[in-house]
Amino acid sequence: MNRAEIFEEVQKIFRKVFDDEQLEIRDSTYSGDIEDWDSLEHINLIVAMEKRFQLKFDIQEVGELENVGEMIDLIERRLNGQ
Amino acid sequence: MIEQLEYPFDSGELLQRKKSIKRELLKEENFMDKRVAILCGSTVGEMKHMLELFLLGHGIRPAFFEGQYNRFYEEAVFETEKLAKFAPDIVYIHTSVINLHGFLEPGASKEEVEEAIEEEFSRFCQVWDKLLREVKCLVIQNNFEQLPYRLLGNKDVYDPSGKLYYIRMFNDKLYTYAMENKNFYINDLAYEASSYGLERWFDDSMYYMYKYPFAVDAIPGVAFNIANIVKSIYGKNKKAVVLDLDNTLWGGVIGDDGVENLELGVDTPSGMAFSAFQKYMKGLSKIGITLNVCSKNDEKIAKMGFSHRESLLQLDDFISFKANWNNKDKNIKEIIEELRVGENTIVFLDDNPAERELVKKAIPDIQVPNLGSPESYVRTLDKGGFFEVTVLSRDDIDRKEYYIENKKREEHWTRFTDYKEYLKSMEMVCNVEEFHNKNIQRITQLINKTNQFNLTTKRYTQEQVQNFSEKEENITFCSHLSDKFGKNGIVSVMMVRVCRETAFIDLWVMSCRVLKRDLELAMFDYLVKECIKRKIKRIQGVYYKTKKNAFVENLYEDLGFQLMTKDDEHSTWEYIVLPNYEEKNQVMEMRKT
Repeated sequence: MNRAEIFEEVQKIFRKVFDDEQLEIRDSTYSGDIEDWDSLEHINLIVAMEKRFQLKFDIQEVGELENVGEMIDLIERRLNGQ
Repeated sequence: MIEQLEYPFDSGELLQRKKSIKRELLKEENFMDKRVAILCGSTVGEMKHMLELFLLGHGIRPAFFEGQYNRFYEEAVFETEKLAKFAPDIVYIHTSVINLHGFLEPGASKEEVEEAIEEEFSRFCQVWDKLLREVKCLVIQNNFEQLPYRLLGNKDVYDPSGKLYYIRMFNDKLYTYAMENKNFYINDLAYEASSYGLERWFDDSMYYMYKYPFAVDAIPGVAFNIANIVKSIYGKNKKAVVLDLDNTLWGGVIGDDGVENLELGVDTPSGMAFSAFQKYMKGLSKIGITLNVCSKNDEKIAKMGFSHRESLLQLDDFISFKANWNNKDKNIKEIIEELRVGENTIVFLDDNPAERELVKKAIPDIQVPNLGSPESYVRTLDKGGFFEVTVLSRDDIDRKEYYIENKKREEHWTRFTDYKEYLKSMEMVCNVEEFHNKNIQRITQLINKTNQFNLTTKRYTQEQVQNFSEKEENITFCSHLSDKFGKNGIVSVMMVRVCRETAFIDLWVMSCRVLKRDLELAMFDYLVKECIKRKIKRIQGVYYKTKKNAFVENLYEDLGFQLMTKDDEHSTWEYIVLPNYEEKNQVMEMRKT
């Protein structure tokens, strides 16, 4: 799966979780950009991504995520076994 | 119930789509409103949202009070008033094994461990006692699941200082408490955890990061279980099963294969699967679920299936038996009529997806699980939670007998042309009884599950019923009805509030099993005589219209009440009590115990 494909899948998850079919995310999107993006929904995003990409993030990795771009980078790295 | 909430649901979808699913659910009407407080020992988070979805799915709309993180003890014991002010119908205590702290060091003696358990248990008892006695609500408490790690290995479970030993003993005490306390229910979290798989259940990173006590993905399953307990308490369980025959109750098609070639019993793997399913069905009928048949077959041939030597089920296990060539939706509608239950109390089981689809479309409120292959029938039914038992009353166990007797009654009926004569011939005895400890459970159950003969559709907890009846000026009574075919148990309840010279009928319900027997006349006679005795001058009543209680729309008028006010939703009525009252009931004997 390349970065664009991962981005597509992450976009789908965001749309479901925030109940907004029009939502367009960008690499720079962060919690301040989406009204409902609180800590509870943040966990939901993480859990949904773990499920979708069949991986488990480390505590340290999750703690360092600042925005959507970093999430996608992390997923890409993990999928490529790095 | 929308399909996404039915077992086996997709937890991930529920968590991600909770907002749109909730919107969908709220389009329904006629919710039962309940106030639910969640006290917690860890993060509640999605638990609340998932519980909300499943409750809405059962037609219960919750208003929540969410306790603060890990303050279940303090909020129950020291801030009781604040909680009482919210007036919860139910308090759910969201704790799990991470909230047990009394474990001792390896090598501790049995006595030391017992003492530690007692100490920790009494802390929990304080919480429950406060809630049951002061907040006066129902309490749902999780039991405690096993731990993922075992310091002592296999010995952990039987060495007194082992943590698994501690958990087991602690749970034992919890079960004893539940047996001894009404209004206290256990959510079997330990079962849910094993069923989910302990390996996946404990998600350490989720706990360390967010204090979620178990995997987020397991939350919907736990909420599903709790919602099942709640809907069962409020009378929303399923009551009857309608079964197909060929390839549902046995393998093969009886009309083609012949009874001797059906797959049933230990000779073949599928035969074993069908036998297991029959056994489960037999069990269901023992806890008061009525079994019925709806099959496309020739009736005579269909019935021969039960003469198979391995058939556990016998013809007399079924109440209604429809084997013909009509469409199934038509047959099921007839069964519903015969049983006098709501569409939403039926589970239809058929191996054929086309039949399931047809019935689901024609009767939207009916529950139609996707059966899968024979070896999974029992699982689908069991995990569906349709028949969650919260009270196993004698009445449930006897319910099948009632229906059978009712059927006899109907056969008997046809010989009479005059209905009053028929009623007289039934040798009915109405036994009036006051509320007391032994009958209050059944009374509450009847109040909460009766829809047709129900004038006000008020729902009360056992506590509320008890408080009402303990006020000396109030008139409360219930009646048993027996006839020449058998006993019906407690079938009607009246709760009347008295204020000086006026009696207000607060609630009057009657089981659909005994409608049209003139029991309402006998009950009213009793009420009037009570009023004369107490020098009460008038009786007032109100009728609140619902979707299901048109049956009693004219009850007050028929009893001789005068209309006082009326609008779209309700009407109020008054009856003047005269000393020379003439009894209305002419068909049954009245007794008082």
